[in-house]
Amino acid sequence: MSVSVRLPTILRTHAGGLSEVSAEGGTIGEVVDDVVRQFPGTSSHLKAPDGGLHRFVNVYMNDEDVRYLGGLETPVDAGAQISIVPAVAGGSN
Amino acid sequence: MLRILRQQWLEMVGLALDCVPEEACGLLAGPPGDTVASFWPCPNADHSARTYAIDGLDLLRVERALDEGGEDHQIFGIMHSHTHTDAYPSPTDIERAELLGPWHFLIVSLRYPDAQARCYRIIDGVVTEEPIELGPG
Repeated sequence: MSVSVRLPTILRTHAGGLSEVSAEGGTIGEVVDDVVRQFPGTSSHLKAPDGGLHRFVNVYMNDEDVRYLGGLETPVDAGAQISIVPAVAGGSN
Repeated sequence: MLRILRQQWLEMVGLALDCVPEEACGLLAGPPGDTVASFWPCPNADHSARTYAIDGLDLLRVERALDEGGEDHQIFGIMHSHTHTDAYPSPTDIERAELLGPWHFLIVSLRYPDAQARCYRIIDGVVTEEPIELGPG
């Protein structure tokens, strides 16, 4: 299944400047893998060394955080809008 | 170099004060370069005096608004406050900057009676301070 994946600004330089790309996959993990396959420069931003999702990246399906749906195993809905978003955090601690 | 307008600076300090005792945060956006065209206050999802986090949906909201603005403006920086410490990136700030490579990191410190701001680039864990130019308006 082909879905639309929205890329954050910081990834667009690794994807030919595109803000949105099409990717194939039946699960969120497969969709992310397809983005990496098409745009290898995104790999270090999206993938953890263990093959999972980078710990500072969040993925949303139709504006729902996939961590609360089923993580990378979450089945992709037909026509879903997938958004990749950097986790922005820090502090004085 | 980061260029901000006086009005934006006042807005950032106001936000930092309004959020006490919690840390405040917001996103900096503009055309490619160093000039802040818009400041986007965001709720601190951590509601903490020692950490901040911007909810991914808030970041998405800002990115969509910028895309719809059609002016090629992008998020290129983050402002956050330190309520009781100097305006220098903490180990957490440095660690969490990993994916935000070219962003400007503006820190507003409320440690002293007058708010202070300093700005940094954090690339591959290396912190480099950059000047802030305050413009009129």
